[in-house]
Amino acid sequence: MSSEKEHGGGDYLAGARAALPFALATFVLGVSFGVLARSLGWGIVAPIVFSVIAFSGSAQFAVVAVLGAGGGALAAIVAAILLNSRFLPMGVAVAPFLKGGPLRRALEGQAVVDASWALASRGGGRFDREFMIGATLPQVVAWIGGTVMGVLASDVVGDVERLGLDAIFPAFFMALLVDELRGGGQTIAAALIAAALSLALIPWVPPGVPVIAACAGALLGLRGRSS
Amino acid sequence: MTTLWVAILGVALASAAIKALGPVLVGGKELPPSADAVIALLAPALLTALVVSETFGEDGHLVLDERAVGVGVAALALALRAPVLLAVALAALTTALLRAFG
Repeated sequence: MSSEKEHGGGDYLAGARAALPFALATFVLGVSFGVLARSLGWGIVAPIVFSVIAFSGSAQFAVVAVLGAGGGALAAIVAAILLNSRFLPMGVAVAPFLKGGPLRRALEGQAVVDASWALASRGGGRFDREFMIGATLPQVVAWIGGTVMGVLASDVVGDVERLGLDAIFPAFFMALLVDELRGGGQTIAAALIAAALSLALIPWVPPGVPVIAACAGALLGLRGRSS
Repeated sequence: MTTLWVAILGVALASAAIKALGPVLVGGKELPPSADAVIALLAPALLTALVVSETFGEDGHLVLDERAVGVGVAALALALRAPVLLAVALAALTTALLRAFG
């Protein structure tokens, strides 16, 4: 009865429903982002604007980490770019399944976030465009809503260290990392090199730089998958 | 304050550009396999560095405190296939309890 193709609205809805557990996690992370941003003296408006226009948990955590440790804007931006560079191959992978001209494709590409991308994967390199976009929407709402709540409730929440909230960010990154490492092989070697590099550099270079330098671990990919 | 807004706008623009790049430019074409292989390893390398620096880094020093134990508990939970939310909650709870009673 709908004028859309056979699977139009239904897949958006199915995607949104599948993403609800992730949206809950995103909300909690959003709250802690808001609380931590306030504790760094970011005020009320800046963290909320950040979550609305960037909508990138990992990049925003990275900015908190770099600026919070006394690093500059450039180091924060570079760290966020390098961290979000994973969206490049993800975007390439979904590209054939997006619709319209360059502008619309660029807009649809914004729906690529880790959980949605993974949920929309149909194997064999195929992706469900409607499912992915549908899955991203509740996560956007949860991320922004969580940030607002965290920023406003930070007086109630108080000292983030007392509540152990500063452990949330590395634990969240750890969760993403564990998923990556299940790929095995070169992934684990690259992670080990990155761990060694960042541990060795932290005492000697400005905050933020160890994270960027650790990317050298990815150059392992140049050795190819031969041997 | 300026530093913060430069970072916010820069990160927002860069994130949008990165996400747009694949769908707009690469479309059906393929990247050289070597570029593909490096990009594929960027995420694990970066995530590792972030875990390390946010677990052990503090103002340019290496520290080993309650936070590291909390993250360790999360790692253990994840290795046992616990959901992300539970692992993250365990990290915060462990860290908070150690700070309160440690």
